[in-house]
Amino acid sequence: MAEKEIIERIDSEYKYGFTTDIETETIGRGLNEEVIRIISAKKEEPEWMLERRLKAFRHWQTMKLPEWAHLDIPEIDFQDIIYYAAPKQRKKLNSMDEVDPELKRTFDKLGIPLEEQMALAGVAVDAVMDSVSVKTTFRETLAEKGIIFCSISEAIKEYPELVKKYLGTVVPHTDNFYAALNAAVFSDGSFCYIPKGVRCPMELSTYFRINAEGTGQFERTLLVADEGSYVSYLEGCTAPRRDENQLHAAVVEIIVEKDAEVKYSTVQNWYPGDKEGKGGIYNFVTKRGLCRENARLSWTQVETGSAITWKYPSCVLLGDNSVGEFYSVAMTNNFQQADTGTKMIHIGRNTRSRIVSKGISAGKSQNAYRGLVRVAKGADNARNYSQCDSLLIGDKCGAHTFPEIDSHNPTAVLEHEATTSKISEEQLFYCNQRGLSTEDAVGLIVNGYAREVLAKLPMEFAVEAQKLLALSLEGSVG
Amino acid sequence: MLSVKNLHASVGDKEILRGINLEVKAGEVHAIMGPNGSGKSTLASVLAGNDKFAVTEGEVSFLGQNLLDMSIEDRARMGLFLGFQYPVEIPGVTMANFMKVAVNEQRKFRGEEPLTAGEFLRMMRDRSAVVELDSKLTGRAVNEGFSGGEKKKNEIFQMAMLDPKLAILDETDSGLDIDALRIVATGVTKLHTEHNATVVITHYQRLLDYIVPDYVHVLYKGQIIYSGDKTLALKLEKEGYDWLINQHKE
Repeated sequence: MAEKEIIERIDSEYKYGFTTDIETETIGRGLNEEVIRIISAKKEEPEWMLERRLKAFRHWQTMKLPEWAHLDIPEIDFQDIIYYAAPKQRKKLNSMDEVDPELKRTFDKLGIPLEEQMALAGVAVDAVMDSVSVKTTFRETLAEKGIIFCSISEAIKEYPELVKKYLGTVVPHTDNFYAALNAAVFSDGSFCYIPKGVRCPMELSTYFRINAEGTGQFERTLLVADEGSYVSYLEGCTAPRRDENQLHAAVVEIIVEKDAEVKYSTVQNWYPGDKEGKGGIYNFVTKRGLCRENARLSWTQVETGSAITWKYPSCVLLGDNSVGEFYSVAMTNNFQQADTGTKMIHIGRNTRSRIVSKGISAGKSQNAYRGLVRVAKGADNARNYSQCDSLLIGDKCGAHTFPEIDSHNPTAVLEHEATTSKISEEQLFYCNQRGLSTEDAVGLIVNGYAREVLAKLPMEFAVEAQKLLALSLEGSVG
Repeated sequence: MLSVKNLHASVGDKEILRGINLEVKAGEVHAIMGPNGSGKSTLASVLAGNDKFAVTEGEVSFLGQNLLDMSIEDRARMGLFLGFQYPVEIPGVTMANFMKVAVNEQRKFRGEEPLTAGEFLRMMRDRSAVVELDSKLTGRAVNEGFSGGEKKKNEIFQMAMLDPKLAILDETDSGLDIDALRIVATGVTKLHTEHNATVVITHYQRLLDYIVPDYVHVLYKGQIIYSGDKTLALKLEKEGYDWLINQHKE
């Protein structure tokens, strides 16, 4: 296999690139206080929420774009984005639970049926299109256990005390530029509350879909696992194939109370742009969880989409004996760029964290791991194990690692391992000689490489993720 | 089964094979010997389809088809197997998974249904016995951390799994101790039938004590300069290649 053949491109299929033809209610482009008032009014929010948004907006105006990431970000005109777009339900529907057939068809096509009897066994879904939640399934089943699972917009109206108590406590609006923007204009996302001692009987998931042109999506998700509870949560995302870039700036906050456990998995498959690097989603995400005593938070992410990914799901290990985990596969192809990793902040005693990051770069893409392990003064016996591996396919791509360790406690034990490897022509020849096509061989090698992380995903999604990895690599070898 | 006519191949400007002629029929065992750098491994690579080498002249037919027109994987699926001199490590991919894909690709090529998990596991158990391969190895990543002997046994295990029409074994005996050599060679012999053929490339006569060749060819500077029966190997062991090379020059 000649090197030039390996890097030769053929058209790769992004099978979620379709657009739903549905009337959309949007507001004009641009961002100012008036726009924020409109968003808040559309969502029929209470006054306190509007005040929070305005406060965040005023702060955002004083902030500068972060430039430290290993990313080449074209200038984004924040006044040229539509900050609210809602698919119009065609006719007056009989009940809250009914969904416009066109929307239902869209989610069917994405493999996310909104009828409970057709859904994947044991998975409750909150389906979000553009700025609004379309439907949340299995709400009654979950309510029997006292679990609240709904859109954040509903939660603000129906559970204001819970939202007030937790929203913005892990990621305050002052945190960073995109978090501030999100706090000002966030549209929809999920809210989930697991009461004390309850083990959530099904997987909870949110599916984010961008449909309308020219819009930005500002997901806001808040997950609270009360003492001794457990939940496994999964989010997926796709968007139509378009020549323009669209912005997705999300904030996810997780509170894991004493003795509770949260597993948060992401399969991110936003439209990555075409093979020339045109179009694709800009994905700027702040995800962070707070762990109290004996709590455990595990992030698993499979990142294959987006033109640009800027994302660092983190754990603040505040309580003694709490555990944070981060398992990541980030794959970039063509002209995609990713700067992703995690922060593990050890504050409590005997806190432990584990980082396993697997970067895969193909085409002309750039893939960076950025991580911070911080051990505070009082975090006696903190332990961290980090492993970050990079796999290169072809010789036009880049892999970078920026691990940082900041320890203020001499009892900390921190380990870091890193490898860089390349799929060699010898490996491909060996596989070919056993009857495997080059595409299958690359798929096998990549899935083998990512296995440790994929194994952390819930079963059904692990299979999906495997297929996705193979699909995203299509055309990366000749 | 295999018919090689006037095969020329080069890497860059350098011609390595300079007119190879070779006929291999079903049921036969051929040994190819020759001094270092004579083109033995290149011949194996070219037949398997490694495009590091450019075929500049000649024809090769395999089971009645033009081999040189076929992709590497189609040659393999048709039943051409190359036992590698230096088997490659593939981290993260278990032997079992690797073989499952390989076996099923071959079956698909023949229009057969893929094996069920049960059938496949039974097949693995049976075939790993051929080379006394530790069954634990099939759960490990392909060749990763295998000893030299295990890697070679593993090549023959894969040969047993894929049941090739033509097996080309490139210095499968190199780096093996006496016991491993016996196991590997006995394995190859067990797999030999009147319906398949084996070409062994080797430096040493000792392999041929186990795998008894019908023909022995001497490759020198990209050409087969002499062919004989198994006694030729013994003579080469004793007297070296010089007498042949001198004869060839005259």
